[in-house]
Amino acid sequence: MTGANEVREPLLLVEHLTMRFGGLTAVHDLSFDAYSREITAIIGPNGAGKTTVFNCLTGFYKPSVGRLMMLVNGEGLLLERMDGFRIVRQAGIARTFQNMRLFAGMTVLENLIVAQHNLLMSASAFSVAGLFGLPRYRSAERAAVERARHWLDKIGLIERADWPAGALPYGAQRRLEIARALCTGPALLCLDEPAAGLNPRESAELNELLLAIRVEERIAILLIEHDMSVVMGISDHIIVLDYGRKIADGPPAAVRVDPNVIKAYLGEDELEKLPKTSAADLHIRR
Amino acid sequence: MKTAASGLAVLKEALATLDWSALLKDAVIAALVATLLALPLVGFQTYDIGGGALGIRTHFDWVATAAAAVFAGRLALRLQQRLRRGGERRGETLFARLGTWGNRRALPITLVGIAFAVALPFLPFSSRYLIDLGTTVLIYVMLGWGLNVVVGLAGLLDLGYVAFYAVGAYTFALLARDLGLTFWQALPFSGLVAASFGVILGFPVLRLRGDYLAIVTLGFGEIIRIVLLNWSPVTGGPNGISDIPRPSFFGLPFARSAPEGATTFHQFFGLEFSPAQRVTYIYFVILALALVTNLFTSRLRRLPIGRAWEALREDEVACRALGINPTNVKLSAFGIGAMLGGFAGCFFATRQGFISPESFTFIESATILAIVVLGGMGSQMGVVLAALLLVTLPEFGRAFAEFRMLIFGAAMVAIMVWRPRGLLAHREPSLRLHARRSAAL
Repeated sequence: MTGANEVREPLLLVEHLTMRFGGLTAVHDLSFDAYSREITAIIGPNGAGKTTVFNCLTGFYKPSVGRLMMLVNGEGLLLERMDGFRIVRQAGIARTFQNMRLFAGMTVLENLIVAQHNLLMSASAFSVAGLFGLPRYRSAERAAVERARHWLDKIGLIERADWPAGALPYGAQRRLEIARALCTGPALLCLDEPAAGLNPRESAELNELLLAIRVEERIAILLIEHDMSVVMGISDHIIVLDYGRKIADGPPAAVRVDPNVIKAYLGEDELEKLPKTSAADLHIRR
Repeated sequence: MKTAASGLAVLKEALATLDWSALLKDAVIAALVATLLALPLVGFQTYDIGGGALGIRTHFDWVATAAAAVFAGRLALRLQQRLRRGGERRGETLFARLGTWGNRRALPITLVGIAFAVALPFLPFSSRYLIDLGTTVLIYVMLGWGLNVVVGLAGLLDLGYVAFYAVGAYTFALLARDLGLTFWQALPFSGLVAASFGVILGFPVLRLRGDYLAIVTLGFGEIIRIVLLNWSPVTGGPNGISDIPRPSFFGLPFARSAPEGATTFHQFFGLEFSPAQRVTYIYFVILALALVTNLFTSRLRRLPIGRAWEALREDEVACRALGINPTNVKLSAFGIGAMLGGFAGCFFATRQGFISPESFTFIESATILAIVVLGGMGSQMGVVLAALLLVTLPEFGRAFAEFRMLIFGAAMVAIMVWRPRGLLAHREPSLRLHARRSAAL
């Protein structure tokens, strides 16, 4: 969906990523690129290693082999060498989780303010300036609340800003988790099944939100998703994994009719019976 | 009232549908268990019959009373639970109402509370005993607020908090004995040394959570106590350290007669000497320390560091994904909690004038933790209420002599049955986008 005249700039380069857990190889020799201002989707059957890729990218796992490079201002940062909690700040990669991890007891607004912790922490001079309520800290806090308000407005939760996050309906919690990741000011937003458990209307709203993030905020998105309407509708670029290996990589139109992809989702026998099926028509069990 | 009438109808209906035989069976079983327990514990008492021999006295009537009380209590509890099931509503019990009322009127209540605390020594019914009791309550309030940072906010279950209390107390005692430092000079060092011990404890337990963390902190508390007990050349072992200096009022000591070239408090102000002056002064010192602790911790809660503590309690993985360094957050919680415990310990040493490892046993940790949990995790006001209850209840129970721990235990059970999340379990957001609405939960 990127305009033809716009040059694709690579943002994330994954080279020969392999992740082994004991004798099990969850991801095998995976290479792909994600481009700035694009939505890249990673799809594949259950257990294909999608979430493992995410956990390697965001520092929760150290890859067994491979190089993960994030380009920040033209400079390459090697993610596999960084502490997990530094990846957000230095490489600008924020993520959400498959089974949401909100701070349920804290309010919606507080969730978004915690996401700006590092910024506020340095503004409060490690709490000293904050303790005495110096103007420097106060203005930083005001700016943080403004940023939170901006995203609350986008996800339609401004009215419920002071609710405990755990009291929100499921779909709203999903949106809040995305907003929380965005409050860290990322260059790349990694979403792990953001449409899981959403009804068709909420799913359509999510599509709009993701497109708005890409177009208005110019943030690249890396997406794991089972919901084909989301994947096919908004992705610029799809990577298909099966048993930890990449079996297809390309624009949605090409991936949709790729025989390898159809085979992976349906199995070889069924493929012979249904020769004209395309991946997008298949209902994939979560 | 309309609601009262409909409530009565609901009650009648609920009573009609009750399964009485099951209820009675349940109560009888509870009474049997109580009899079994009470028989050896209450049923027999040994007494001296002269010549060093012991006789035995039986108290089967007490056993019967215990069984009857448990039978009635269990039945009442079950009945209450069944009857509430129809129209169960939170906020019906006394404490819930008290809690919401307290949150609406937080500021005036706080001001009245502080005013009362300040006026206490000058009230007509005040006595030395009452001021002493107030001092003890305030020590526990301060300890509760300190532990609240670790347990209530950061969610790190610490069963060895008394270790930091002990470190603070011994730091002051040693500095006074060996270097001749006064209370006010030693106070910052007590906090500092305790904070370093907090960080030292923090490092090995960074990866632990919940039960495992509780066990390690419990062990740490015991290590400190046993070291104090056995390192006799420095700590005096079981004999402890005595003659710890009392705090002075800007350099004016509270003594009958001043040492060479010094003025005492009563001489300087031209007052009659009275030992009550020192007791009252000590009371005001702990009141000030406790209020500063409260100001400090409630301020921290509204800062990024406090929100990071709470976020850590809620979800550590999400914290890391948001770029928060969990190591720093945990160590800061342990360090600051320990520092406040150290200040309290320093005060304890100067108040008692004598410390020994006996003052820092596990039961102290348990009491402080009970104060935090009973008060409602993270609630500043709850800590005050719980400390008042936990310290004064055994005192009021003195009239019942050997039954006072029983009454204390019963009160604890009652609170946990009716308010399982603590007396004042309400979390006030650290900041709001909209002004508070009256209907807000």
